[in-house]
Amino acid sequence: MNPLWLSHFTATSSIGRGLDQTLAALRQRRSGLAPCAFDTVDLATYVGEVPGVDAAQLPAHLADFDCRNNRLAFLGLTQDGFDDAVRAAIAKHGAQRIGVFLGTSTSGILQTELAYRRRDPATGALPADFIYRTTHNTFSVADFTRHYFGLTGPAVVVSSACSSSAKVFASARRMMASGLIDAAVVGGVDSLCLTTLYGFNALGLMSEQACRPFDAQRNGISIGEAAAFALLERPPEQLDADAVRLLGTGESSDAYHMSSPHPDGLGARLAMQGALNMADLQPSDIDYINLHGTATPTNDAAESKAVQQVFGSRTPCSSTKGATGHTLGAAGAVEAVICALALRHGLLPAGLNTLQPDPALDVEYLLENREQPVTYVLSNSFGFGGTNCSLIFARAD
Amino acid sequence: MHALTAYIEGVGLLGPGLKDWPDGRAVISGQQPYQPCKTVLPLPALLPAAERRRSGAMVRLTLATGLEAIVAAGLDAASLPSVFSASGGDGENCHAICEMLASADRQISPTRFHNSVHNAAAGYWGIATGAMTPSSVLCGFDASFGAGLLEALVQVVVDHTRCVLLACDTPYPEPLHSARPIPDAFGIALVLAPQHSAQALAQITVGLTDADADRLDDAALENLRIAIPAARGLPLLRGIALRQDQHVVLDYLDHTRLAATIAAC
Repeated sequence: MNPLWLSHFTATSSIGRGLDQTLAALRQRRSGLAPCAFDTVDLATYVGEVPGVDAAQLPAHLADFDCRNNRLAFLGLTQDGFDDAVRAAIAKHGAQRIGVFLGTSTSGILQTELAYRRRDPATGALPADFIYRTTHNTFSVADFTRHYFGLTGPAVVVSSACSSSAKVFASARRMMASGLIDAAVVGGVDSLCLTTLYGFNALGLMSEQACRPFDAQRNGISIGEAAAFALLERPPEQLDADAVRLLGTGESSDAYHMSSPHPDGLGARLAMQGALNMADLQPSDIDYINLHGTATPTNDAAESKAVQQVFGSRTPCSSTKGATGHTLGAAGAVEAVICALALRHGLLPAGLNTLQPDPALDVEYLLENREQPVTYVLSNSFGFGGTNCSLIFARAD
Repeated sequence: MHALTAYIEGVGLLGPGLKDWPDGRAVISGQQPYQPCKTVLPLPALLPAAERRRSGAMVRLTLATGLEAIVAAGLDAASLPSVFSASGGDGENCHAICEMLASADRQISPTRFHNSVHNAAAGYWGIATGAMTPSSVLCGFDASFGAGLLEALVQVVVDHTRCVLLACDTPYPEPLHSARPIPDAFGIALVLAPQHSAQALAQITVGLTDADADRLDDAALENLRIAIPAARGLPLLRGIALRQDQHVVLDYLDHTRLAATIAAC
């Protein structure tokens, strides 16, 4: 592929609003996970909640979009001057030449969960103030974003569970290569809701502690929420040395099971190999792998096999979900931004909460931060339904 | 205008009063009267018995339409990347979860939860067909057909691959039905290819436009087109069915629509 330039990017999660706070948290090895006090949830678990989401006020003309997911999107879009960057891109390329590709798993379904508590006792009807289209519907966060910027180009939500906002990079890459658009707003937004908290609990996949990816005692995920965005453009002739580029995307399906990964990580391997092929890189070129690393026994076992088969046991890797929690449909974009920070600042972030790496997982799992030059990184995102996506990012120099 | 060209090699169709592509082709080209009746979703033979029994409407609809298109094209489903586009997930399942979460007992079942993801149908598709190929799972609310068609075309043109588009919608039960009144299950599947082949039915060239979307002459079919997002693709199918060169405008986003030139092969 022709490399694409991440001309601007930003992330808001439980470890911080915007890049400065996110980088500081990574450097200080600070986790955003805390005992769950969300809504009326009565589960013993940890979550990565973003403080102040419900205080965010959407612009008045977009009031119909008001729900936790779009409030979080709005918080994210207004960090790090991202909104100004998009407006500058509109001035440069035109509103119809910029696509919107956002990932989410549950969108604003919390709004429907809350509305179901207020059904008419006689008729069962939902309350009159409930608006499905602009809140619950899976497209709503992309629709909100395009209305916020006045964009008229192609717009879509990718919703393939926890690979969603990695796969947006692949969809945007293709559409830019087709010539239909000149730039793309990509990203992911997922917010806390009861469906995922009680759902992962039902599957027995949720830890009662802060999640411990790749630990011998790991026993499940911690759910987080986040909004992360990048503006993709074709690179100009001269890029700054620390500019971040997307070099490759790899996608595959497990064709195995709805909620368990292929035990040998076959689909994961195909995705990583696909990204390497597209980037025209060898496994030994990769300086760091941001693992999917959910901290479920099965994911980490399958992913380590796949990583080991493609890369061997020496490539430094970690999961940053011990810091942010598993932000589900936003995880791909959050971890893409963490990879961009790793490249820009020469930082390999350690995995948090992991005390005793599982000796059965034969990979170089980082327990301490490393400061070193970083040229190429790979990020993994896998999801329910056996959907896999790997992305490769690089510095310009 | 920048445009994307691909060849249609197979069509799958299932909806109210449209029981498959040969039947639907006769109806939408005006050779047979349109007689609306409730969509009948076949049990997916390819799924293991337990999954088959529990499979939701979206899984049945995508397997029925997708396999019809792929068999017609003479291809192996396991070889094709897929694009799933739907304006919502499994509505019955979503309702059941929301009802439980609003009750005193919030312990939803594990199966309900993994079936709640928007890509559940894509997951079952992989399990049923063995396809380890990439699958893009999209939502564009009422623009879902256009979003899916664009993604599929771009895959064909940029990655030089065949691909199957599965644009499907299923209804919500009440009370969500009142908030999102999709009347019935409806699906269109298309196999798209980068090059002409013996099985090609039509060549399509698609770009963006701000022209108004074409309407269908038959009032009942036009009602269907408006009521169900996936049915916004019917003017494209009509163009393929008529087997003559023509231009159609397909509905997409509020100010942006798709202009398609169709040439019979």
